[in-house]
Amino acid sequence: MNPNDRKYTKEHEWIKVDGQAAGQAVTGITEYAQDQLGDIVYFDLPKPGDALKQLEKMGEVESVKAVSDLYSPVTGEVLEANENLLDHPELANEDPFDKGWLIKVSISDPAQLDSLMSADEYEAFIGGL
Amino acid sequence: MVPFGGWDMPVQYSSILAEIKAVRTAAGLFDVSHMGRLYISGPQSTQFLDWVLTGSAESLRVGRARYCMICNESGGVIDDTIFYRLAEDRYLLIPNAGNRPAVVEWFQNWIRTKFSGVTMEDRTESTALIACQGPNAAKIMDSLCDGEPSKVRPFAWKEVNLADKPVMIGRTGYTGEDGFEIVSEAQDATFIWKSLMDQGALPCGLGARDVLRLEAGLPLHGHEINEETSPIEAGLVRFVRFDKQYVGSAVLAQQNEDGTERKLVGLTVEGRSAPRAEYPILHQGETIGRVTSGSYSPTLDTSIAMGYVLGRHASLGQSVDLDIRGRIVPAKIVELPFYARAR
Repeated sequence: MNPNDRKYTKEHEWIKVDGQAAGQAVTGITEYAQDQLGDIVYFDLPKPGDALKQLEKMGEVESVKAVSDLYSPVTGEVLEANENLLDHPELANEDPFDKGWLIKVSISDPAQLDSLMSADEYEAFIGGL
Repeated sequence: MVPFGGWDMPVQYSSILAEIKAVRTAAGLFDVSHMGRLYISGPQSTQFLDWVLTGSAESLRVGRARYCMICNESGGVIDDTIFYRLAEDRYLLIPNAGNRPAVVEWFQNWIRTKFSGVTMEDRTESTALIACQGPNAAKIMDSLCDGEPSKVRPFAWKEVNLADKPVMIGRTGYTGEDGFEIVSEAQDATFIWKSLMDQGALPCGLGARDVLRLEAGLPLHGHEINEETSPIEAGLVRFVRFDKQYVGSAVLAQQNEDGTERKLVGLTVEGRSAPRAEYPILHQGETIGRVTSGSYSPTLDTSIAMGYVLGRHASLGQSVDLDIRGRIVPAKIVELPFYARAR
């Protein structure tokens, strides 16, 4: 269920390294996260050029019933934010692993990815919640 | 599922947005059995209720219901409630789930000290309360029940049979739509729920319930009203009688004459990031109040909130600012309700 081609954080986010462009990746929230949130109505995402620090708050996701913080999975810089989410935040509910991506980033320290969970480890993690 | 007022309840069955849409365009189902069912009877029941309620029991006809408040000596709201006159000396009163213990204790004290001719029976656990709300609710109830539910007037009640189950239905609700609240024996609840679902009513949880009542400008105890807040501050003066003496009546009459320092207002904010309870309301940089409830409203496609502001700022059309988690966002004071159904 959780794709194997990416890494996961305890804050229920994923990060997938770009096969073509070195040092670049795309991030998003997991299926588990969107299910817990319910209908998403709004994203407050960082802008291109913003600096990111691993595990620090980078934005907010708002559903009808609650607001949750978004945390950056890595240290780096925002390259692009998914503008489709402005008018269609529900894309993150419908397709969290693909069309519902949040931001594209350049990663300062690729070794940080080693500290994140694999799909199997993430599944075990949410199984224990 | 979440804990709510001592009960285990669903926030949503499918999606909050879908459930809100169902109530506004078709029909939704709410299991509100967590609310209390208190039966009050005896030769002094009318006098007793007129003593503890801001509304009039004496003038309520058998066959009708009324919404009002239970206030303490300072005019603060212990609970808001709907009460039904079942007979000359018999009433059904529906307190909020979280306030049932406080209401029962409050009533018991007055019955013991002042109204010996009153019996109170708490039938919450042996009965169920299911609400069917939406433009299709009347049609659905007519197809399931005898007694022509669609002809029951707003805030009237009637005993009918839903299939072969005896129920009491009230033309009441908490969503701003047409609908019914159905009191049944507890053991019939599952059958009634399934029957209504089979007719197309969509199960709705607490999440949808809160947005729907907010859109309809209805207060929620613990937010717009509580023991430190009076119905006068909350703009609920039309549910307060000034022609009888009851607990809190002197304070309420005084407030009605003098005005109150703060007033409840409705607010709209552009966009989908909503203000939430406790967020500050500002005017030219100064805090003038606090939000009591807020949400994105899918029906109106904007964000809405209710909150208290200092009286002198409580004018329609007034621009204010809201502090949404550190972001200062412009808002406007608007008339309540935000949404009213077409009649």
